[in-house]
Amino acid sequence: MARRPSVKSVETKYYEERQRLFDQLRGLDRRGFLKVSVAAVGAALTQGVQFAPHSFQPVRVAQAAEGTEAFRFAYISDSHLYDRKVNERFVRSLLRAVDDVNRMDPAPDFVFYGGDLAQLGRPEELELGAQILKNLKFPVRMMVGEHDWFLDMGEKWRALFGEPTYSFDHKGVHCVVLLSILEDDFWTARGMTPMERMQTVAGLDNGIQGRFKVGEEQRTWLQKDLASLADNTPLIIFSHSPLYKYYRAWNFWTEDADEVQALLKRFKNVVVIHGHTHQLLTNRIGNIYFHGMLSTAWPWPYAPEGLPELTVQMNRPDPFDPNDGCGDGACRVYTDGLVDKVYNLWNRNPVQVTRTYMVSNGKQELPAVPNLTSF
Amino acid sequence: MRVDVHYQQMLTKPRWFIGPHSYHYLARLSPRFLLFQALYTVALIFSSLPAAAADNSLHGALPMDQQLTSLEQLLPSRDVTKPPPHIDPVIWAAVVPDDNAVTPERIALGRKLYFDTRLSKDGTVACATCHDVSRGFTDQRPVSEGIGGKLGQRNAPTTLNAFLMQTMFLDGRAPTLEEQAKLPILNPIEMGQASPEDAVKAIADDPEYQQMFQQAYGRAPNYDDLARAVATFERTLVFLDAPFDRFAAGDANAISADAQKGWVLFNGKGRCMTCHPLNRSNPLGTDNRFHNVGVSARKQNFDELTTQALKVLAEKDSVEAIDRMALETQFSELGRFLVSKNQADIGAFKTLQLRNIALTPPYMHDGSMQTLWDVMDHYNRGGEANTFLDGGIEPLALTEEEINQLVALMFTLTDARFAEASQQQMQRQQKIAQERRPFREEALAFRRVLPFEQRVTGQESVTTGDNAQKAAAEGEKIIEQEKRDQEQGKNIENRPETQETK
Repeated sequence: MARRPSVKSVETKYYEERQRLFDQLRGLDRRGFLKVSVAAVGAALTQGVQFAPHSFQPVRVAQAAEGTEAFRFAYISDSHLYDRKVNERFVRSLLRAVDDVNRMDPAPDFVFYGGDLAQLGRPEELELGAQILKNLKFPVRMMVGEHDWFLDMGEKWRALFGEPTYSFDHKGVHCVVLLSILEDDFWTARGMTPMERMQTVAGLDNGIQGRFKVGEEQRTWLQKDLASLADNTPLIIFSHSPLYKYYRAWNFWTEDADEVQALLKRFKNVVVIHGHTHQLLTNRIGNIYFHGMLSTAWPWPYAPEGLPELTVQMNRPDPFDPNDGCGDGACRVYTDGLVDKVYNLWNRNPVQVTRTYMVSNGKQELPAVPNLTSF
Repeated sequence: MRVDVHYQQMLTKPRWFIGPHSYHYLARLSPRFLLFQALYTVALIFSSLPAAAADNSLHGALPMDQQLTSLEQLLPSRDVTKPPPHIDPVIWAAVVPDDNAVTPERIALGRKLYFDTRLSKDGTVACATCHDVSRGFTDQRPVSEGIGGKLGQRNAPTTLNAFLMQTMFLDGRAPTLEEQAKLPILNPIEMGQASPEDAVKAIADDPEYQQMFQQAYGRAPNYDDLARAVATFERTLVFLDAPFDRFAAGDANAISADAQKGWVLFNGKGRCMTCHPLNRSNPLGTDNRFHNVGVSARKQNFDELTTQALKVLAEKDSVEAIDRMALETQFSELGRFLVSKNQADIGAFKTLQLRNIALTPPYMHDGSMQTLWDVMDHYNRGGEANTFLDGGIEPLALTEEEINQLVALMFTLTDARFAEASQQQMQRQQKIAQERRPFREEALAFRRVLPFEQRVTGQESVTTGDNAQKAAAEGEKIIEQEKRDQEQGKNIENRPETQETK
């Protein structure tokens, strides 16, 4: 499903998109223009009037026919906390997310934390994060990210939050949490210190480190974990890196994604929720539906290639507003395992990528597309 | 009401207090002194009564004829059809609407309307009541007073240079000066006219107005042209000739060494220019955007308020309804959210211009800060922590010296024509700041304490909302006290004369 055009620079992409927009505008006759305008007004109405800022109420309430809602969970991800002496803003952002989630109405069944709680895996960063997350009123499920891991290879994280790979059942849905950011040893031969190793991984686009992977050991565990489940069991997989191959140079990538996907192939519906990419990101590969999570710390631009077609891109975040493009969100999980994914953007109206949008391959319930170009 | 104020004054000054539980205090004083005090108090009450009556009809503004006289001195005559000095012709062309080109006739009509109290329901309030020539084209009060002495919720922004703003009002609910001018006339607690027709009726019988409307717009008096004329007059209020501009043009001696250091801080450590870009393209020093800097967080719980506001807005969502919510209700503190319904705008207000800032205390959307030192203290401590605090607001770790330098810079932004008033304000604010700095919080400014740590560990905030509100209330008392001091000064001046006539 992922489209792989030839490599284009961000600028080329920008000018192409601009040109496309102008071409479309030129192509509009008066009637077409009115249609677009009415659609815009309609979008504004649904976004504006029905919008309740502190409840993740869906903007549209259309798809009641197929499947009913089983439960909802909230998510917070990629907070990248530093030590207090270095940076306080990210701490504030995480607290904001905690406030958002605690305010959710209806309340979520649990809160999922998507990894990269710390910036450089330091004990004080992880402890600070653990302390803040204690303010959540709902049970918290944790996932590890590469920023939490590579200083001490998960020692502190394990001490605080337990094993990073686990599964649980919730209201008929089987949930699996993976440690998807393992890497082949690039540090021993180079004689790197733990901090050098951590900082190498934290710098995404260097040639030294390997690509993220789930690894054989976990894949075997996963196979065993799934073995007893019927094919129609609703399945949600959580992974920090996207469980597909999006953009290799930035490690928006899981090297053994194909092998993991093969294990999921027999199921009717599988939803993968991932962090790491800090952006609105949507993909579908057959029976597997992928949703990215927003970061509370900073937004990433889109990669110059490999962006999945289903993604409704958020336009370029405002550089003068550190909150823009950041946020948290929620998933409404249906009995068939598919989800409505809500991106609660702090500086914009919330965006909802519905189950119907995914099932129809983007033909129905297209989320409101920003009127500015994305980057 | 006047007596109430006096009673409050007595409370703040115990030596005047003649209440039951201070009898033993009074007993220690000599009878002659007590008699003198009693007589003095009675005399004060009586002498202030006529003054109070006059004051009520003016709502604290300078009489309109006197304002017009000072205005003439401030605005030298020039060819008004050309762009004003200090304004680029391209910018001028962009800010003047096509259907409202500037002509001398339109300015004359607008000026007459701006100072005309007949436009209000009870004939006591004009535009110039709250945008007073003698008070920096504001009212220098925390919140404005309209007909019948009713108080609004917000601080009046200045009309000086307002024509360069991209939106009007503190929440930007009006897109142009023309649209702005229409709302206060109809707001029940400002000028109180029931409808545009009523407002026009109040002046339409005046032959002079009939002639002036005809000359300005070629039509009989009507509400749209009325607003156009007021807007045109406001486009003559160009006050961009400050010492800072001469410094920016290369005259290193135009501003003090302190102010020059302040300019470096403004663009660096102080982070001011992020929201207050001050350069040739942005002479006002505003980004024309809306930010939650935490001032309103001291007063309101945003969660509850937002839910309620959305219910109200679902029923009524006109600009007039928002106007009333902004001025008359607690929803005022939601700021831009009332207009945009975007959660990013909860508690956010427009970045105001820095030009002539010396003349427009008290500061912030609710006038809760008395001095520019208070404003600096607020930003230095990283605003007031709240969920919707703007992402750019952080503790600044400015030292006292650096705060003084930044304040010195702000005083160089006063137009040369107000040099004297600016100097007086500097002394006044310095005096207040020496006595009280209620928003100063060095532990927060220097990140020795971080709001989130207090929260995470369950401690109380260093400065709670209650304390800050108390500080704001005290600030209002300062203004009242100053007013009384002024009136007393007048009374003392008048006293020999009164005695003579007796």
